[in-house]
Amino acid sequence: MTRLTINGQPHDIDAPDDTPLLWVLRDELGMTGTKYGCGVAACGACTVHIDGEAVRSCQVALADVWGSVTTIEGLAPHALQEAWVRHQVPQCGYCQSGQIMQAAALLAENPDPTDDDIDTAMAGNLCRCGTYSRIRAAIHDAATTLREGTQ
Amino acid sequence: MSKLGKITRRAFLVGSVAVAGGVAFGLYQVNKAVPNPLHPQTGTTLNPFLIIDAEGVTIVTGRAEMGQGAQTTLAACLAEELDVDWSSVRVLHGPASAAYFNGGLLEGAFPGPDYARPGWQRSLAETIGVVARPLKLQLTGGSTSIRDGFERLRMAGASARETLKAAAAQRLGVAVSTLETRAGVVIAADGTRLSYADLAQAAAAMDPVQADLRPASEWRLLGTALPRPDIPAKTDGTATFGIDTRLPGMKFASVRRSPRLGGTMQGFDPAPAMAIPGVERVIDIGDGVAVVARNTWAAIQGAQAVTCDWGPAPYPADDAGIAQRLQAAFDDSPDSTLRDDGDADSATGDMMIEAEYTVPYLAHATMEPMNATALFDGDTLELWSPNQGPFIQARAAAEAAGIDAANVTVHTTFLGGGFGRRIESDYASVAARVARAMPGTPVNVTWSREEDMTHDFYRPAAIARMKGAVSGGQAVLFDARIASPGLMGQAGGRMMGLPMAGADSAIVEGGYDQPYAIPNYRVRGYKADLAVPVGFWRSVGASHNGFTHESFIDELAHAAGQDPLAFRLAMARPESAAAAGVLEAVRDMSGWDAPKAPGTGRGVAMVWSFGTPVAQVIEVRDEGGAIRIARAWIAADVGIPLDPGILAAQMEGGMLFGLSAAVHGRITFADGMVQQQNFPDYDAIRMSGAPVTDVRLLSSNPHIGGAGEPGTPPAAPALANALFDLTGTRARSLPLAGQFSFVL
Repeated sequence: MTRLTINGQPHDIDAPDDTPLLWVLRDELGMTGTKYGCGVAACGACTVHIDGEAVRSCQVALADVWGSVTTIEGLAPHALQEAWVRHQVPQCGYCQSGQIMQAAALLAENPDPTDDDIDTAMAGNLCRCGTYSRIRAAIHDAATTLREGTQ
Repeated sequence: MSKLGKITRRAFLVGSVAVAGGVAFGLYQVNKAVPNPLHPQTGTTLNPFLIIDAEGVTIVTGRAEMGQGAQTTLAACLAEELDVDWSSVRVLHGPASAAYFNGGLLEGAFPGPDYARPGWQRSLAETIGVVARPLKLQLTGGSTSIRDGFERLRMAGASARETLKAAAAQRLGVAVSTLETRAGVVIAADGTRLSYADLAQAAAAMDPVQADLRPASEWRLLGTALPRPDIPAKTDGTATFGIDTRLPGMKFASVRRSPRLGGTMQGFDPAPAMAIPGVERVIDIGDGVAVVARNTWAAIQGAQAVTCDWGPAPYPADDAGIAQRLQAAFDDSPDSTLRDDGDADSATGDMMIEAEYTVPYLAHATMEPMNATALFDGDTLELWSPNQGPFIQARAAAEAAGIDAANVTVHTTFLGGGFGRRIESDYASVAARVARAMPGTPVNVTWSREEDMTHDFYRPAAIARMKGAVSGGQAVLFDARIASPGLMGQAGGRMMGLPMAGADSAIVEGGYDQPYAIPNYRVRGYKADLAVPVGFWRSVGASHNGFTHESFIDELAHAAGQDPLAFRLAMARPESAAAAGVLEAVRDMSGWDAPKAPGTGRGVAMVWSFGTPVAQVIEVRDEGGAIRIARAWIAADVGIPLDPGILAAQMEGGMLFGLSAAVHGRITFADGMVQQQNFPDYDAIRMSGAPVTDVRLLSSNPHIGGAGEPGTPPAAPALANALFDLTGTRARSLPLAGQFSFVL
């Protein structure tokens, strides 16, 4: 039995130690907002936060989870989500949980990212629909909202 | 206007399949009303597209949402006529029903270029379009959703509005002509307000009133960028894709099928899988195994652990053997000659050039891997599936479960990408085979990325042999021979159970049907004998013919000593104002005629596909030896830009899909097996490598064009032409990543 804190709630999980966090979330706990895309950390669809750091949950074994987990279900309400709607970012939407979680970690670290900062932070998050330009615009927009909110 | 290509008896059969089907069903079947498939638990339905309740309206589109936004624009068509607030509109796919037939698919069944399609063909296509109803052609594909639904959904909305008004007139004892509608309410002359929800039951009991459609000048929703109703759920993790299906008592499973596609499994040992914690069962599904487990991870591990003995592949085992089959196709007589203007055999010019182009097989690589969830109870089967064709799914699942298709219920979820992959039904069949082995237990069968990538229906490989001539600065000969396995023969039988006779237009589409005036202009297709599974990949034949045709046009422009954009414009103007218009637009947007910055190259391409001409200019920049795809300008003419926001997204996304394939995409074979397994060896353009893009939408096309696919074909040639401009090296094969060094 492993105890995890996910979105502020404790969960006792009875699954093999080597089960990736992704599948603990999706299949053991039914939290399906975090997506499976590749299983090899090549697409970013499974991105969650552990103690605020963006990680690929397909690569973190249950026994190795080192801090409290935040998933897309626990992020709301976040300025990024509102910006995603304002800019009509998603197409199919499958990669967007991961995109938003990655962007949230970026903004927590860098409240005023340049285009290059955004490209560098987001390069691991694949989108086959090609929503990148709207993602970039929405990140800038949310960054502005967050900076104004903290002034 | 150039002469249309010779429409041979064989070629016409492509369209005739559907025509013959209509005759067989008879007029009664064709004209018979389809019962409304909606039976809402709350609210009232007035027609198959509309449910009204106290919260607002639910618009049922019958078309899949795979990112392209068709559900939104179809719903806007209905809401425009119904007079409801957009914020009160919910959108659903709805059930599988003949009521949601796609007549738009049949317009493309006529051979001949769309840009020059005569009026009689369009009329006949509309007339025979209704045979899609008894044929149960409920498909989301071919960039047809809006072309098919633009009138039908508006008519459904107008009829519902007028019927609600008639119900109000009856209740109030006033003339219908004194009533107005606004924001879901009927308003009488004395100010009395009756909500649609109040009137819906009375209206549902009346005969539907027919009503004229409003002129575009009165539209309030159509023509504006509307917020998509599906987007909020796609930002907070609540949108449910097929893979997210969760049911009480559900098990998880994954599969491993023959890596030699179409090959057999000669034996297997489940023991290594059963030793993995969480694995519960290994099921023989014929051409492979399914592993049932407590979660998908254990199932995937288990599937990889099963020891399997695979039979040989029914096609040459490696790339060299496959290439030989493609080359050998040129030795046969042509499968089609769908364009043959002038006399290509005897035409000459000041300069003749020849070139051979090759393109590889490509995977769809949707972000959501293939999956479906099935529950079998011995007699009926329920299927939860991200799909582009629910009846195709039902047929496949029924066959796998050994029951009648009428006993299959299909729930169409959100699709995590489609791109043509999910018009196939193999993953539904697999889920049904697993469910059949465990009656009463729902099972979510999710493929690993590796299984998905190695068991696709690939975009066919192709070789194009080009010959051309220029005289006096103009093209006087364009003679293309294209060898490819094509796909109508494979796909027709697989999806519809219909024999597809005649020429395979997929081999040459996007090549024979381009709006250029060239006096000697011939395009011939050659069908290669290859059993590698192939399917519909975003823009289908135009995905490779766009590249080969528009690259060779570029070669001709340089041979003629002409500016490549002006060269195209001169050939497009006599054929199509819309095609010329998109070229002029990207010329102006990109500053094409202004001097380029040092170290930059620009390329242009224009392809007419799925009813829409799209031109793209791509600018590449040398950054210290590596090339950045820096800028892109896109102009598209869909006739009436019904939702400029969605259309711009489709054009940019379509281009990026094409650029991803052009730079990275390649499926290769060794020992009969696909070698690419996952994104590290089948990558796509990422944010850091995507160009800054501007999109302009024009409206001179006399017909509504498609949107999901036409942005893809010009991408590869515009990039290759830009690379030639920068480096002087002409890329005649794809992908480009091995030939040029990119900033990605």
